[in-house]
Amino acid sequence: MSLDVGPAVDLDLERARRVVAEVTDPEMPMLTLADLGVLRGVAHDAETLTVTITPTYSGCPAMATMRDDLVHRLADHGFDRVEVRVSLTPAWSSDWISERGRRALRDHGISAPGPAPRHDGPVPLNLMPRRRELTCPRCGSADVQLSSEFGATACKAMYRCTGCLEPFDHVKEI
Amino acid sequence: MPHVHDHDADHESVYDGLTGGDDSQWAFGTDFEDPLAGVDTTIAQGVDASALAAYCLMLGDDALVYSHRLAQWTSNAPDLEDDIALANIALDLLGQARLLLARAAAADPAVVPALPDGSPVPPEDALAFFRDEAGFRNVRLVEPDNGDFAVTMARLLVFSTYRLALLERLRDSNDPVLAAIATKGVKEVAYHRDYAGRWFLTLARGTEESRRRLLAGLALVWPLYDELFRTHHVEAAAADQGFGVDPSGLADEVGVVLEQVLTTSGVERPEIAQTGAVNGQTGRGGRHTEVMGRLLAEMQVVARAHPMGLW
Repeated sequence: MSLDVGPAVDLDLERARRVVAEVTDPEMPMLTLADLGVLRGVAHDAETLTVTITPTYSGCPAMATMRDDLVHRLADHGFDRVEVRVSLTPAWSSDWISERGRRALRDHGISAPGPAPRHDGPVPLNLMPRRRELTCPRCGSADVQLSSEFGATACKAMYRCTGCLEPFDHVKEI
Repeated sequence: MPHVHDHDADHESVYDGLTGGDDSQWAFGTDFEDPLAGVDTTIAQGVDASALAAYCLMLGDDALVYSHRLAQWTSNAPDLEDDIALANIALDLLGQARLLLARAAAADPAVVPALPDGSPVPPEDALAFFRDEAGFRNVRLVEPDNGDFAVTMARLLVFSTYRLALLERLRDSNDPVLAAIATKGVKEVAYHRDYAGRWFLTLARGTEESRRRLLAGLALVWPLYDELFRTHHVEAAAADQGFGVDPSGLADEVGVVLEQVLTTSGVERPEIAQTGAVNGQTGRGGRHTEVMGRLLAEMQVVARAHPMGLW
């Protein structure tokens, strides 16, 4: 690729941003990394393109795949010197999932998160099942039951619709 | 089976294809990368690097050892939902452990066990899999066998209440990496504590048998409770220097939260003799319970058999 200084550099950056914008989450491929809110920035200096991502959960095993996917997709478009950096601050919040991402989740039968709780002081104990205003992403019924606060990936809870009887995933608020 | 780097081998390894060239065909990354890549690991002024590393090992080892224990429930829990819940909780803790051990290694590389030249094992793995028992700094509460589901819920309630209180304060650490790990961890552990709290209540007010088992579980867990709030000199230094938390200051807060759960559940706080220090040392000082050696043997055996392994 050409790495001349001047306007061409910015064109490259714009091109890189477009490539990066298409990379999807390995666990929820209906979402791009940008829609999920884990993509925190794309920048470059004279030699290296730097992409910054943040983990959704500390133990998220998809981070390595995201890094690989970013590097490979960019390499396919001629960006050879790519560095993927991790950002831990600010911590990821489900509030960062874009409107487009929320629609994509619903279109694929996954319930999108409500507003994340604010945890500035001590987190209050909650011994009752968490109350969420949800509707079934398949039939739209508000008659839903929480099966478990933990699901197939770190970021999801499991629900069951008592209307259509189908189980569905809900992306948790954090 | 790991791919072993053996540059002197005169035969071609069937695994070469896994690590060389284009690995985009593999679902998951085939090589390790620094979990703190790009994170500023500069140490704040007035912070002693070796104390910071020692402190990170303590919090990292709590998470690592407990993660290993909880992961033993996988495929064994009473139902699928709880199997998945316990595996998820173990995964969150493993993620916290990885970041904390990587932070320890970055702060003071001298804490990382030496491996053969050219070993591809990253520092946080070297700390997890190549340290001996006395090098571990976790509290002893996280070591015992899981016991039945009621014992596990009693221990998870105590541990996650303690860890949540600790991480809430650690968000103000003057070490930006610790502060970031804590901020993230608070969100995760809040879910763990509520999960354990609900099961505690359910078992306490369920059947006679579930209540009997829960009370027995709490009695089993309780002797290692006071140790959580005993200040080791590294923790005192961590609090003095502004990067860590003195656990003695958490006792009231943790007690209040547990009291809420116990009262709602109609359970008395146990009055049980505490397991003392051994020659003045507890888990934070590297003195562990009898089961710790077996736990580490199981956790470490495969990694230790392949010090040149690439996973």
